[in-house]
Amino acid sequence: MSFMTWLDDRFPATKVTREHLTEYYAPKNFNFWYFFGSLALMVLVLQIVTGVLLAMNYKPDVELAFASVEYIMRDVWGGWFIRYMHSTGASLFFVVIYLHMFRGLLYGSYRKPRELIWLFGMVIFLAMMASAFFGYLLPWGQMSFWGAQVIVNLFETLPFVGSALSEWIRGDYVISDATLNRFYAFHYLIPFILVGLVFLHIVALHKVGSNNPDGIEIKNGPKGNKWSADAPADGIPFHPYYTVKDIMGTVVFMAIFFAIVFFVPEMGGYFLEQPNYEPANPLKTPDHIAPVWYFTPYYAILRAIPSAFGTQVWGVLAMFASIAVFFFLPWLDRSPVKSIRYKGWIFKSWLAVFVVSFVILGYLGTQPPGGSRTLLAQIFTASYFAFFLLMPIYSKMDKTKPVPERITE
Amino acid sequence: MKKSPGAIFRERSEFARTRIRDDTRKKLILPLVLMMALMTSGISAFAAEESNGILEPVEVSLRDKVSLQNGAKLFVNYCMSCHSAKFMRYNRMAADLEIPEQLVESNMIFTGGKIGDAMTTTLSKEAGEQWFGVSPPDLSLIGKLRDPEWLYGYLRSFYIDDSTKTGWNNLVFPNVAMPHVLYELQGIQKAIFTSMTDQNGNSREVFDSFELVSAGKMNADEYDHAMRDLTNFLYYMGEPARMVRIKYGIWTMLFLVVLGVLAFLLKKEYWRDID
Amino acid sequence: MTDRHMDYKQVDHKRRRLLTIATSGVGLAGVVGLAIPFAGSMSPSEKAKAAGAPVEVDISKLESGQQLIVKWRGKPVWVIRRSRESLEMLADLNDRLLDPSSKNSQQPDYAQNIYRSIKQEVLVLVGICTHLGCSPKYQPEIGIVPFDDDWKGGFLCACHGSKFDLAGRVYSGVPAPSNLVVPPHQYLSDNVLLIGDDEKVSS
Repeated sequence: MSFMTWLDDRFPATKVTREHLTEYYAPKNFNFWYFFGSLALMVLVLQIVTGVLLAMNYKPDVELAFASVEYIMRDVWGGWFIRYMHSTGASLFFVVIYLHMFRGLLYGSYRKPRELIWLFGMVIFLAMMASAFFGYLLPWGQMSFWGAQVIVNLFETLPFVGSALSEWIRGDYVISDATLNRFYAFHYLIPFILVGLVFLHIVALHKVGSNNPDGIEIKNGPKGNKWSADAPADGIPFHPYYTVKDIMGTVVFMAIFFAIVFFVPEMGGYFLEQPNYEPANPLKTPDHIAPVWYFTPYYAILRAIPSAFGTQVWGVLAMFASIAVFFFLPWLDRSPVKSIRYKGWIFKSWLAVFVVSFVILGYLGTQPPGGSRTLLAQIFTASYFAFFLLMPIYSKMDKTKPVPERITE
Repeated sequence: MKKSPGAIFRERSEFARTRIRDDTRKKLILPLVLMMALMTSGISAFAAEESNGILEPVEVSLRDKVSLQNGAKLFVNYCMSCHSAKFMRYNRMAADLEIPEQLVESNMIFTGGKIGDAMTTTLSKEAGEQWFGVSPPDLSLIGKLRDPEWLYGYLRSFYIDDSTKTGWNNLVFPNVAMPHVLYELQGIQKAIFTSMTDQNGNSREVFDSFELVSAGKMNADEYDHAMRDLTNFLYYMGEPARMVRIKYGIWTMLFLVVLGVLAFLLKKEYWRDID
Repeated sequence: MTDRHMDYKQVDHKRRRLLTIATSGVGLAGVVGLAIPFAGSMSPSEKAKAAGAPVEVDISKLESGQQLIVKWRGKPVWVIRRSRESLEMLADLNDRLLDPSSKNSQQPDYAQNIYRSIKQEVLVLVGICTHLGCSPKYQPEIGIVPFDDDWKGGFLCACHGSKFDLAGRVYSGVPAPSNLVVPPHQYLSDNVLLIGDDEKVSS
């Protein structure tokens, strides 16, 4: 009896390999945008590995945290490399995820029957943002401290429970040792929850099959291809074809990743901010504080909304709404077609408006508020929300093109 | 009846002639370019902050060991009376700057520490607060916190000013608590301000030039050169790993090019199955 | 229905296998390259090395029979000035010891002699039992002691009863398998000992 037979009698090794790799038929027309799923998974693994190694030398204590990061940078053998991989990985994780989500917008990957994949994905995105936020406090520099201070104080604006809630989050009246310690615990915990969520995301994906740039269900098309008589004709085995393709994508990504790690780890102050090289000082706020780039679109929305009826809660609500609205996307899009290729100019224009709004809000979030910038932020906040909220109307009005029966490339 | 694969592929190529072109990718390049442009403009805006218009470019080079050694000498002799560099170890400095350890032990350690020790100062936090109002900050990371241009400008911009507690002021860091420690090298200079009136009719003082009141041990060129060396050392000390990371980066890139070519050929080879 | 499956004649299997092996090989080399700093980060840091730096000991005030304990790399190191009489007794013990002539490399070459030291009377030992790592106790008294009827002075490990003589040599019939370790050391001057560094001595 061979080892594989022994194993397969006890564990579905061969079965799982077949169902999810060698006999999982993915549409053959995946393009550039389809690299980012596998890249996101790889970055998650890298973040966990480098994170665990950093945890071996990091100390979650306000007296020691800053020095322990410098200890890693200078005294730990290879420590600077591991830390720069982790800080670069954090930013590139968001780059990859934003592009991955944008792929969904382009080709309607959130549409029936893939609503649940999209929802799992959104929960992954939320957990990732939480982990990034908790992790940003850990170096205990000026930006870490004041960034956390501002974000936690957002909860203070909530009516009735606000101040009790923010005190509960901090475990103190200010960001303190208690806060640092619990943020560290959460920062270490969440990645493992992410792994579980990613598993669900992929299980749901493999249940319904992958979407593709044409937005056509290959399962509904003719059957029979080179590999199997029952498989969709436009499908190809994930392994080896997409594994070799993803390996190629991974190497290109690695080149970008390590170019940043080795040559520009601070990325001009966008990945690691200059004021964070000064230890946290609760008595002195830096001249200009802004969140890390991947949070700035939401931060700009927060600042764009003026206070009204004696409370600032509206900005906070708008900020949370700007993320929550993504969850409803599968039900907001009423277009008869999935992919941008067959949608009309109205939808394409709105998508362009959304991308421009997101990018400009992101830029405005890095800048100090005031003057024309506040007005700009308000305009682009409006267009950001309009993209989602008007979608049921304009996606129906849009003049779509006929969808082909079969995949086109 | 199943169609043979040949028939399927013929059908597909017929359809390809009438297919609608996927031009979305081209359209998407625009926002990406825009995003890049915005990010770079943000970077330059960030760098231009706090400049006062008097900062001059300064060349830092981690390959220039002579400059770094001279900077280290100035640092331990002048700065370390009050400032520590507590994240830096003497033996790391010795190795990176190619100074023999015995030389560091005999000429650069004034605290009685050992070669593996961190570069601390004998001035206590309390004494520092008492003397200067604020405790002199640790300088390990000053080269990361400030740009080289700022450091170079700061070190050269001390002038006498009766209105401050120490009698010194600084153009780059107004009302700084630190006196000019290097005056015996640079000499004593005073700042000439001129009155300017802007469009709104408000007059304000604008810096014009420095004037040397009494000469120091060095002339202007020598002092600038020394300050460039000190700036270079501070830049190095901000991140000693910078000494090696570019080198490792180049090897990594070369490796990834090889791996990338192989991965590309492998992908192409397998994808010949799919037409 | 054979034409449904791939026409394997068209596939250049040799090239495919070669490329697969080459890519996996180079990729694996990359993973190993990445693993080096990852694993390396767990080795002693510069801080640990600095804390484990050689220690200077002034023995000018160390009197005959007295023990001095210093910390080197977090471990106790004993410096003991032995009396003439106890040095003379060392040779008498040989048949009660496991490795009387210190054949096992528990000491640097310059300490492989009957006294296991550079200067006859000054003994330098790492005070960690070679059995399971307890620190034995200095027992300088001579004669009948609770654990030995003919004790010539030495060390007793309280954990499991291992006995060592005044040169750190282990008695036979005790749990410890080898003599106590002599750390690398050298004399900077007559009365100043450097523990942890013997560069000048060995070169």
